[in-house]
Amino acid sequence: MISLAGRDILHAWGKFVFTGIGLGLLIGVTLTMAGVYRGMVDDGKVLLDNSGADLWVVQKDTLGPYAESSSVPDDLWRSVRAMPGVAQAANVTYLTMQVGHGERDVRAMVVGITAGGSAEPGWPPHLVEGRQITRGHYEAVADLAAGVRLGDVLRIRRNHYRVVGLTRRMVSSSGDPMVFIPLKDAQEAQFLKDNDAILMQRRRTEANPAFNRPAVPDLLDAVIASQTSNSYVNAVLVRTAPGYTQQEVAEPIRRWKRLTVYDRPQMESILVGKLIATSARQIGMFLVILAVVSAAIVAFLIYTLTMDKIREIAVLKLIGTRNRTIAAMIVQQALVLGLIGFVVGKITATFAAPLFPKYVLLVPFDTAMGLVAVMAICLLASVVAIRVALRVDPAEAIG
Amino acid sequence: MKRQGIHIERLSKRYGSGDTAFLALKDVNMHVAPGEVVGLIGPSGSGKSTLLKCLGAVIDPTSGRMTLDDKVIYDDGWKVRDLRALRRDQIGFVFQAPYLIPFLDATDNVALLPMLAGVPNDEARRRALELLTALDVQHRARAMPSQLSGGEQQRVAIARGLVNHPPVILADEPTAPLDSQRAMAVIRILNDMARRLQTAVIVVTHDEKIIPTFRRIYHIRDGVTHEEAGEGRGFD
Repeated sequence: MISLAGRDILHAWGKFVFTGIGLGLLIGVTLTMAGVYRGMVDDGKVLLDNSGADLWVVQKDTLGPYAESSSVPDDLWRSVRAMPGVAQAANVTYLTMQVGHGERDVRAMVVGITAGGSAEPGWPPHLVEGRQITRGHYEAVADLAAGVRLGDVLRIRRNHYRVVGLTRRMVSSSGDPMVFIPLKDAQEAQFLKDNDAILMQRRRTEANPAFNRPAVPDLLDAVIASQTSNSYVNAVLVRTAPGYTQQEVAEPIRRWKRLTVYDRPQMESILVGKLIATSARQIGMFLVILAVVSAAIVAFLIYTLTMDKIREIAVLKLIGTRNRTIAAMIVQQALVLGLIGFVVGKITATFAAPLFPKYVLLVPFDTAMGLVAVMAICLLASVVAIRVALRVDPAEAIG
Repeated sequence: MKRQGIHIERLSKRYGSGDTAFLALKDVNMHVAPGEVVGLIGPSGSGKSTLLKCLGAVIDPTSGRMTLDDKVIYDDGWKVRDLRALRRDQIGFVFQAPYLIPFLDATDNVALLPMLAGVPNDEARRRALELLTALDVQHRARAMPSQLSGGEQQRVAIARGLVNHPPVILADEPTAPLDSQRAMAVIRILNDMARRLQTAVIVVTHDEKIIPTFRRIYHIRDGVTHEEAGEGRGFD
């Protein structure tokens, strides 16, 4: 038996191909949306991977340092380092802000890292160009996504930083490129006020008789100095020693230091389950709407293609064609249309993904699920057309 | 098996029920012998289409009996189980317009019927080519319907009606869209094939050009048929 669907498609291939391309663009958008979600999750995981930490020690009862603000004293790391099972501990600060670059500014996550080198937690593990920070001030390592080159100068608050190293795929969970600077500079940047604000604060402090005591001449200077310095960091990153589990190390810190400690799975659940949960639901809604729209379009296309063949279907039924042969013809055409659409959609998504400002990750699992979903939608969409075709009276061929 | 043609007795068809009931066919009797071509003539609304649909096993008669060769198709409310297979294997259709499947070439349009009956593709195509040759359109065997002239399309449609060697062919206004010369050619082909394949042919027509060619004519008016001898002598 010849394939009626195949012959019809070959006969009207232009109609099928152009319809498939239209459908494919819609499927391409759907796949890209799924890729945007995967990219957000991957950004979160990359953030955790690149921190090089096994544990995150943060302010008690906060979800810091990525999902909530967290402040811990910058001398805390010493006592954490002394806890059993801790191989390394390092302070870190995170601040998402606008970083000046020439005439423009870039949204970036500024990371303050302690002196020590790339073996320390928090440091960028790999550079694609240049070197790590070696000076205590005004050097930066930036991600390529920030659009910077070696030797460029970045402006953070009032200070200028020379880019000495470049990284790739070092981004925040929002996809913002990371800029690494020395910890002291980052601490200052978090609390640095403009000159007018500093002057006004000094005046207020001088006017306060509790601080401006003639009998204690150094008190006023000490108070003003404490107001313009910052001795807090956002978290202490901990790397555990071999032979210790993360729980074995985290529990004493929680108990004796009165701090909150997150391990890797907990931090992942905070990033994926809380930080990007709303965005994920938003994208999920888009995917549902796109799936419904795709189904409606496929149903309409298949219905139209079937209605164009009503007379032929009546003739086929009159000369004894089985209903299942006619239904198979419609289903096969719907599946071929879906397949053309899927291939076009996959190609569109693959080529469009790098053009997006944020990372779009197209994973094979999503592609496979997309194919199954498209085929299922086409199968469902052909039901209406099949019902119409099976109701065609063979007598219509006679008139 | 010896062919016996198509035979109907007291065939009636009623549409609706109660006060709105309408009797479209009233005790129609008809017999067409193998190899014979008869005309069925009547004005619009006379019951021609209803009779053709009953003969074509597309709608069921309300009462009466119909046999094809020695096989009973309807008998006062009883009918054969698989009318679809009956239409495929036992009845050939030729329509006013050829209604060829636009995405199949001439050969496959004809071969489709035996393929539907389970005949292997090669054998079905061989049969189709044989008929296309007999109808003198073998040179257009690979052409798509849109590439065929009106006359060629109608000959392919006739080949499709004949390919399963049915005992009866129902031709509904087969010459309506054709000029005199082509119309006569189609009737000549139908007569020729009817004689060669011993097929009973019933031609529903208004076409004044071809009416004189029938040896027997059934006139139908208000659902009642009257048989009369035609003027024609066929194409012996």
